Amino acid sequence: MTRLEKTFEDLKNAHKKGLIIYIMAGAPDMETAIEAVKAAEKAGANAIELGLPFSDPLADGPVIQEAGIKSIRNGTSLKSILELVKEIRTFSAIPLIGMGYINNVMKYGEENFVKDFKAAGLDGAIIPDVPHEESDDLRKICKENDFNFIEFVTPGTTEDRIKEICTSANGFIYAVSVNGVTGVRDLDYAQIGKVTERVEKETDVPVAIGFGIGSPKAAENAAKYADAIIVGSAVVRRLLDGKLSEVAPFIKSLRDAIDK
Amino acid sequence: MTKGRFGKYGGQYVPETVMPVLKELEAAYNKYKDDEDFKKEFRDYLMKYAGRPTLLYYAKGLTDYYGKAKIYLKREDLLHTGAHKINNAIGQALLAKRMGKKKVIAETGAGQHGVATATVAALFGLECHVFMGTMDIERQKLNVFRMKLLGAQVIPVSSGTGTLKDATSEAIRYWASHIEDTHYIIGSAVGPHPYPMMVRDFQSCIGSEIKEQIKSETGGRLDYLLACVGGGSNAIGTFYDFRDDKTVKKFGVEAGGKSDKTGENAKTLSGTGEPGVLHGAYSYVLQTPEGQIVEAYSISAGLDYPGVGPEHSYFKDAGIVNYVSVTDQEALDAFQRLSRIEGIIPALESSHALAYLEKLMPKTKKDEVVVVTLSGRGDKDVQMVAKALGEEIE
Repeated sequence: MTRLEKTFEDLKNAHKKGLIIYIMAGAPDMETAIEAVKAAEKAGANAIELGLPFSDPLADGPVIQEAGIKSIRNGTSLKSILELVKEIRTFSAIPLIGMGYINNVMKYGEENFVKDFKAAGLDGAIIPDVPHEESDDLRKICKENDFNFIEFVTPGTTEDRIKEICTSANGFIYAVSVNGVTGVRDLDYAQIGKVTERVEKETDVPVAIGFGIGSPKAAENAAKYADAIIVGSAVVRRLLDGKLSEVAPFIKSLRDAIDK
Repeated sequence: MTKGRFGKYGGQYVPETVMPVLKELEAAYNKYKDDEDFKKEFRDYLMKYAGRPTLLYYAKGLTDYYGKAKIYLKREDLLHTGAHKINNAIGQALLAKRMGKKKVIAETGAGQHGVATATVAALFGLECHVFMGTMDIERQKLNVFRMKLLGAQVIPVSSGTGTLKDATSEAIRYWASHIEDTHYIIGSAVGPHPYPMMVRDFQSCIGSEIKEQIKSETGGRLDYLLACVGGGSNAIGTFYDFRDDKTVKKFGVEAGGKSDKTGENAKTLSGTGEPGVLHGAYSYVLQTPEGQIVEAYSISAGLDYPGVGPEHSYFKDAGIVNYVSVTDQEALDAFQRLSRIEGIIPALESSHALAYLEKLMPKTKKDEVVVVTLSGRGDKDVQMVAKALGEEIE
């Protein structure tokens, strides 16, 4: 069982919603990213999605693109992120999930990636440009290494694909709130709520809603329809703007909103 | 591994948000590609609007210049809008209409595919958005204005490096957000399945016409086929009907740019590219040891793409096509050579295929036959060429 699975089990038993915070590794720099992880955990985050920067991130909006480019320019690579994960593990047992793109992983070697990062203390990976149909090999490697491979559902995912995805899902299922890319906006979460309801009929694997959540109000609304919520751009924006001190109070406000 | 593979290349490496619309497109394409009405309408527009079949022109002057094999030019430059891009744009627009889509989007580098898409959007009454890097908008003002004249909206893309690869990424992101009413007309044989197959099919008229036309010219004799390769749509269209014919030696000519240094060329297949994933397909790609995509460079804005169509990657590994390169300077020389010897100003992209004649022709025999696909005309490039030659024009 991974730390991620254990955390979701504990949350369920405590009847609490999960809060997953995205932080781009190496943006604005490695030190700040580490401080942000500490701040997030202290403020009530249950897991960290660690961004692995890619030059052409198809699923990401402007804020995470900007953070990725900054991180790459800072010289961040999977090798340096491996060290980052090891360092985080010296002070924290918070579940860590890598969020990156397949080209970097392929270049590193899929099996090496899973083995090295598992050993360093990462609990799973989210690779948005590997849809279910392309994921057989990678899923197998992840399974053999007790490493979560997170799959997606969206408002457009068809009935038969929801079923198919639920048969292999583990860790949690990432429910994308809207057809589009990451980034804060006002949304009606009832739309994805219909999808998460379908998912919950198929599997006991927890569901987390992400994309667009940028305020306590949005967090509260989204959390109604899932086991957890994921907040990225709103945190990354503050870090890029040099407002590390705002991160903890902001995450605390999200925590309070979903604990209501 | 999924369908839509050429050997191990291709696939559908896209976010889940895009998967439903790719499946919809695949189903529609499979339905219409053998549909008689669709095929007839496509053929009619190619003939009566775009100007197919294009000429297979015997270039006597160029043949005499080298004094070796006979050289023929496949004149895609004579098509409406000035390049082969219109073939694919018509095909995809007709498909979009049948799918009930009201809007089309496209990415463009030099602006040729943007103009082709804006043209068919005007023709078929579709709303059109063209994504273009801010750097390319600056370099290609004329084509930006042409697109506006045709009623399209040009959307500047400043993310990344502000060039074709970023425009393509942004078009995919936009598409993911507007899947209900929008069709994405990809301009080359790249992207996730079914695009590489579909674009190849819409462009394969180039090769099938060559095959037919060469019969009356040489009794069917054909020894060499040359085409330039950026994403590779005119090349795949040229080579596809000859893929199993080992007597025809095929050369795909990439942009060697300024040098072999990373970032100074677009030699995806003929240089340092390695298999990886860009814009939804597994194919050769220019990348760093960490797997970050490297910006490609060429004097020709239509060739500076760091990826390549997955079928070309398969053709490379299978030894079906030889992938080679020529430099900016060699392309510039060929540009001027064809202009002076044949009275035809070729596109800088096509000039790369022509430039390879310098290397190929000395090895050919007099009774052999060479066909070069002239993918587009060079009017759009005169400013760039003037600048490169140190001439001032306003």
